[in-house]
Amino acid sequence: MNAFEKLCLARSNNRPTSIDYIEKVFDNFIEFHGDRRFADDKAIIAGIADLYGRPVTVIGLEKGRNTSERMDRNFGSAHPEGYRKTLRLMKQAEKFHRPIICFVDTSGAFCGIGAEERGQGQAIAENLMEMMTLKTPIISILIGEGGSGGALALAVADEVWMLENAVYSVISPEGCASILWKDASKADKAAQCLKITSQDLFKLSVIERIIREPKNLNDNKLFLGLKDLLNNTLNKKCSIPIDELLESRYQRYRKFGN
Amino acid sequence: MSVFDSDIFNFIKPKNELEEQGNISDNQPFVPDSMWIKCPVCKSAILSSDLADNQMVCPKCNYHFRLTARKRIECTVDVETFCEFDKDLTSKNILDFPDYSRKLSKAVTTSGENESVITGTAKINNIKIVLCVMDSSFMMGSMGTVTGEKITRAFEYAADNNLPIIVFTVSGGARMQEGILSLMQMAKTSGAVKRHSDKGLLYITVLTDPTTGGVTASFAMEGDIILAEPNALVGFAGPRVIEQTIRKKLPKDFQTSEFLLEKGFIDAVIDRKNMRNTLFNILKLHIPFNKGGLD
Repeated sequence: MNAFEKLCLARSNNRPTSIDYIEKVFDNFIEFHGDRRFADDKAIIAGIADLYGRPVTVIGLEKGRNTSERMDRNFGSAHPEGYRKTLRLMKQAEKFHRPIICFVDTSGAFCGIGAEERGQGQAIAENLMEMMTLKTPIISILIGEGGSGGALALAVADEVWMLENAVYSVISPEGCASILWKDASKADKAAQCLKITSQDLFKLSVIERIIREPKNLNDNKLFLGLKDLLNNTLNKKCSIPIDELLESRYQRYRKFGN
Repeated sequence: MSVFDSDIFNFIKPKNELEEQGNISDNQPFVPDSMWIKCPVCKSAILSSDLADNQMVCPKCNYHFRLTARKRIECTVDVETFCEFDKDLTSKNILDFPDYSRKLSKAVTTSGENESVITGTAKINNIKIVLCVMDSSFMMGSMGTVTGEKITRAFEYAADNNLPIIVFTVSGGARMQEGILSLMQMAKTSGAVKRHSDKGLLYITVLTDPTTGGVTASFAMEGDIILAEPNALVGFAGPRVIEQTIRKKLPKDFQTSEFLLEKGFIDAVIDRKNMRNTLFNILKLHIPFNKGGLD
């Protein structure tokens, strides 16, 4: 499968979305809403849950599972209030010593008048800065599309994992092709050049782990496997002194281009 | 991530009466075209030397032309105090992206710089600072790994040496030819800003035209104090991308400095001629009270 075919697969409507992972990996999920400043952004679903008895904070970019849900959730493209809700719940997780697990699936932060008026850039920037020193372990999992800054705002973490056929990119291949070659139909070439597949990103050390996909993605094996993997990883991360954890988080990003 | 077409340096010569009638003769006084610059806003013709004397601001309508990083440093800091870091750090085509190597060498030739940001230490009225100045003439100030690296090193140096830092931003966003590695620079620079901030040190951002994309969504919006030049385009998504997404024309003045001021995202809009003094006054008020005046 080439990069463009993977991109199409990553965007496919048949893939499990964040809600599916939250429901099937965790128990007792309770959703919390709102950024306490402007609104509740339905493109992001967030709350607390338990993972083998361990309290965790779970946050996911949610595209929606059918047409009406997708409309309702703005196709997983968050506004500033979504990123601010994320940060609010991350700070809450820090306060109560809960590890954070993020699920990333978005074509990008929303581009629109309201998003700009309410500081889309500022909201993302603040997440990047605050997540870097958040005193609790963070694991981010790219489950479908990882679109640029809007994805990164939930992916400054101690480990970043990717589903085998998920993608992660600085710009959509269509956008890249239309800017560079004035031709959005060259997206397949752009997808190849941008190095967006899990295999490419693993080689570039952008991710720590590729999650192998079963033939049927709704197979419980995927979710149970992920549950154990998260549990084992959190056991390790939670035993690391916080200063060491934050230093390695800083170095995780510091190494790119050093 | 957008590409901006700049036609602000369209040189024109205002026509005199004779020329308009088409009967110019060889013995007419002649002013070379290159000596005139047309203001893109008020359309008046300005002698290029007058414009340069006025820090590249239109004397008629206050339109702020874009400045190169070197010129910016010249009008901001004390004479001969700028001491550059990492001058020879250059970008490589890490992902082997088509045509990127050629674009890089072209950018080096046209801008005379090795990357889209210049960093170093300097003084403003004798107060020592770390300074980062981006340059739009190098691939529209886009942020590649070397851009991110230079900015990160500048913040780390400022943190290690307890210095305030000032960053002048101008950028089309992350540099797509470096793919995900340019996206990672957003997190990397933000981490360095946070470390500097956690030491209780001052970071002032000055947004200049245009500041967009991944730079807006990282260090540009992370300053303790955020200033902007008048009428600069500042936003996350570029206006063309927004118009394509919402299929509507954007209101006039959308995403300008003044718009951001009104919405509460920047501290002040400052004319170029007052920038140096404003920066000095802010710096001065951040010298710890018990440590006495300037050195």
